[in-house]
Amino acid sequence: MTLYPALIVCEHCDSVYRRHDLGVDEIARCGRCRAVLYRASRLDIDHLLALTLAAAIVFVIANVSPVIRIAVSGMHNEANLLQAISALSQGSALLVGLVAGATLFGVPLLQIVLLGWVLLFARVGRRAPGFGVAMRVLHWIRPWSMTEVFLLGVLVAIVKLSGMLNVIAGPGTYATVVLTVLITVLAKRDVRTLWERLSDKTEVEWAE
Amino acid sequence: MSAVAPRADELGLVGCHTCGATCSADASHCPRCDSRLHPRKPDSLARTWAFLIAALILYIPSNTLPVIYTSMLGRGEASTILHGVVEFWKSGSWDIALLIFIASVAVPSIKFLVLGTLLVTVQRRSGWARLQRARLYRFIELIGYWSMLDVVVVALVCALVQFHLLGTAEPRLGIVFFGLVVVLTMCAAMSFDPRLIWDGEKGNPE
Repeated sequence: MTLYPALIVCEHCDSVYRRHDLGVDEIARCGRCRAVLYRASRLDIDHLLALTLAAAIVFVIANVSPVIRIAVSGMHNEANLLQAISALSQGSALLVGLVAGATLFGVPLLQIVLLGWVLLFARVGRRAPGFGVAMRVLHWIRPWSMTEVFLLGVLVAIVKLSGMLNVIAGPGTYATVVLTVLITVLAKRDVRTLWERLSDKTEVEWAE
Repeated sequence: MSAVAPRADELGLVGCHTCGATCSADASHCPRCDSRLHPRKPDSLARTWAFLIAALILYIPSNTLPVIYTSMLGRGEASTILHGVVEFWKSGSWDIALLIFIASVAVPSIKFLVLGTLLVTVQRRSGWARLQRARLYRFIELIGYWSMLDVVVVALVCALVQFHLLGTAEPRLGIVFFGLVVVLTMCAAMSFDPRLIWDGEKGNPE
C-alpha cells in the first residue's frame, strides 16, 4: 500500500498533477475541468485555532440570545434558534424539525468542536486522539452546515413580520452574522492539509 | 495548461475522496485515513436517479400542501410556498418575493433539470460540452442548500407568532415534504460522480 504525496488527483475529473508550492492567495486549478485542486492559505494553525475559538464563543451567543423580538398591542415575544427549531418540531412537522436541528445547530456545533480539538493538538505538531475519525467526520458533514441559510431566513422573517408587527433584530442576529463569516472562512480552508503536516510516518511506506 | 493531464485510472492511481491522498489503485482502503477507495462512486447513476425521482415525487406535495397555518384575530389561513411568494409580491416586497421564489422554486427546478441532463448525457457517453457540464455540476452543488430558506422562515414565524387569541402560527405538512426535497436533491448531487462526465474522452478537450 503506497501513497504518492507529490501527486494530486482532481476530485472532479480524475486528472493527475504534480503538486507545486503556491504563493500567497494563489489557487491551483485543474486544466481539464477547471475545478480548484488546492489553494494557498495565509492562515496558519494558530490563526485557525483563534478563529475556531471565536466561532465557539459567537455560537453560544447566537444560540442563547434572541434573534428576533416582536411586539403587538402591548404583548411581546422573542425567539432564538433553538426555539425556532422546537417550534418547527411540533406534531407532523417533527421530521423537518430534525433536519433543521441537524443542519442549523448540530452540524455547525460539531464542526467547531472537532476543528478545535484537531487544531489544539496540531499546534504542538501532534495528531489529536481520534484524529482520523474527527477529520473524516469534518469532511462528510461539511456540505450539511447551513448557518448562512439561517441568517438569510432571519432577514426574510424580519421583513415578513414587520408588515403587521413591531419587529426588532435581537443580539442573536448580530452573533449569527459574525458566526456566518467565521464558519465560511473556516470551512473554506482545506484542513485536509493537516493529514500531510501531521504525517504519521510509521504507518505507511512513502513512495516517490 | 496546454498538455492534457493523464487520468488516475490510466496511471493505476486513485484519489481518496476523504483526505485527498493519492493512492495506488490496488488498495481497497486509503492507507492514510482508512476510508474506502472508489475509482468511481459506487452505483453513482442508479443512486442519483433514485434520489432525483424520489425528490421529484415529493416536490408535488411540497408545493400543493400548505407549509404554514396562521391565524390572526380569529381568521385562520393555511398557505403554500407559492401563496407566500404572491403575498410578498402584492404587499410590495417584490425583492423578498423574488428571493423566496429563487430559493424555493427556481433552485430545486434547476437542480432537477441539470441533474437529469447530466445523468442522460453521461449514460449516452456524450462528449458534448464536457467543461460546461462539469461547471454546471459544481454550480448546483454550490446553490443546493439555499432551498432550506423557507424551512427557516417557517420555523421562525411559528416560534414568534404565539399570541393565543390575537395570532398564532403553526407548521403544516407541506414544509416536511419541502425539507425532504432539499435533503434528497442534495443527496442526489452528492451521489453523482462528475468524473463520469470525462470518461471516454479522447484527445484534447480544448
